Amino acid sequence: MMNVDEIQDEIINEFSLLDGDMEMSVFYIMELGQKLPVMKEELKTDENMVKGCQSKVWLTARLQDDRVYFEADSNTAITKGLVSLLIRIFNGQTPDAILNAELYFMKKIGMERFIGTQRSNGFAAMIKQMKWYSLAFKTQKQVAK
Amino acid sequence: MSTVATPIDVEKIRSQFPVLHQHVHGKPLIYFDNAATNQKPKRVVDALIRYYEHDNANIHRGIHTLAERATQAYESTRHALQGFINARHTEEIIFTRGVTESINLVASSYGRAILKAGDEVIISGLEHHSNIVPWQMICDERKAVLKVIPVSETGELEMAAYRSLLSDKTRMVAVNHASNSLGTINPIKEIITLAHQYGAVVLIDGAQAAAHLTIDVQDLDCDFYCISSHKMFGPTGTGILYGKQEILEKMPPYMGGGEMIKEVTFGKTTYNNLPYKFEAGTPNIADVIAWKEAIYFIQELGKDAIAAYENTLLRYATQKMSEIPAVRLIGTASEKVSVLSFVVTGIHHFDIGQMLDARGIAVRTGHHCTQPLMEQFGLEGTVRASFSVYNTKQEIDQLQEGVERIVNFMK
Repeated sequence: MMNVDEIQDEIINEFSLLDGDMEMSVFYIMELGQKLPVMKEELKTDENMVKGCQSKVWLTARLQDDRVYFEADSNTAITKGLVSLLIRIFNGQTPDAILNAELYFMKKIGMERFIGTQRSNGFAAMIKQMKWYSLAFKTQKQVAK
Repeated sequence: MSTVATPIDVEKIRSQFPVLHQHVHGKPLIYFDNAATNQKPKRVVDALIRYYEHDNANIHRGIHTLAERATQAYESTRHALQGFINARHTEEIIFTRGVTESINLVASSYGRAILKAGDEVIISGLEHHSNIVPWQMICDERKAVLKVIPVSETGELEMAAYRSLLSDKTRMVAVNHASNSLGTINPIKEIITLAHQYGAVVLIDGAQAAAHLTIDVQDLDCDFYCISSHKMFGPTGTGILYGKQEILEKMPPYMGGGEMIKEVTFGKTTYNNLPYKFEAGTPNIADVIAWKEAIYFIQELGKDAIAAYENTLLRYATQKMSEIPAVRLIGTASEKVSVLSFVVTGIHHFDIGQMLDARGIAVRTGHHCTQPLMEQFGLEGTVRASFSVYNTKQEIDQLQEGVERIVNFMK
């Protein structure tokens, strides 16, 4: 399977076809969100809600064969699209790969405005939460050893 | 103020706003977030630069030429504001950081001085958080009771309910002139007259009115009226509290410090006269001075002409947006300032806002600092487009097209 940077480069390549058109890019992000596998309703709990997002984002993770798999949903289409991009990059990676990942694709696809300051989708909060999960899995494993 | 309105020449007006002439994400900027803050004509920006390049000095106590020039310019804005709201005296115009501070000043100073346990303060369901929280805080402290005038389905105040809330216990009524999230213009003259029958004092939050409606505090007979500069083409960070002189005289100071004193000893301090009693510390001199140009900008266009033009835009936008079946307008009062709040069935307001931004259209999304009102309508928030004198029908067409595209995409 592709590593984190290879997937990021693939995403950058896809967005480059949109020629920097912001509207097309946002539409594309929403389209990707629509393709995200449906998250079970019972997983959409307050406990699974990502803190620091104005829109609602639910995120869960599981470890299988030393690889991390995320499930997510959001009540806003753009945020759902953004989280789907993160899932595409991180799903099936090792906890270490996620913890060490440097995400540069947002800037390269002209979406840096969604990072950090944009409280409405809490992109940074989502990444942080995914890294927390990965750290927890890693720690669990070390303790088990 | 002219009674016969000269029609608005929108291209001429737009040429005075440098910020409007730019592209956002490759599209011409369409600025529909005027209820949050409107843009500044060049003459306001020029006044700021002129002040710092030629006149910068601390005001009131200086004896040198620059201090004198700065003081005169600062005080001439006070004079202009006295005219703008038709106050009796310049002493009734107190500079603050804006409406929020003005309301806090009244709640803290006047509220703390007069409220006793069991007294009642009435606000309305249309209020911005800044006209809710200061009253909650002081009512909590003084064990007074906060009452709320309910809002109808159309976004109008239930006046019959207001009448029944008024009683001998009512000490204070605080409502806005126009609602920031729905645009409703409230019947404040009637509200004031009724409150006065019970001896209550009335504060009007004029944040959304200042750029759109004629304000005559003597005719209204309100006791306090609050304005923010940045919502009327002036700089951010300044505003006023208007208060009737006889009430302001009796009020204790709000903040202690320089400017507000007559004489200080360690034993006792005597306070300065109005309005300085309430203006502790070095004020926001530059922004106050530049604000005057914004006042002149409005007065030269004429409030009647501005209102007539904005009403045309509002009616047009209401009609255009109503043509989209998925759009539901929130706030359909018969009297409105140029605010159009709406939701789109099945699409989150954040998505609409971000999609519109991708087309260069700036709107506001969310609860607009009126969470209790949103709750009443069963909403988390709305999309709010608010229009100013430099907006055009063509821009509204773009808004409609933008929303339609999103609706079609999300189908």
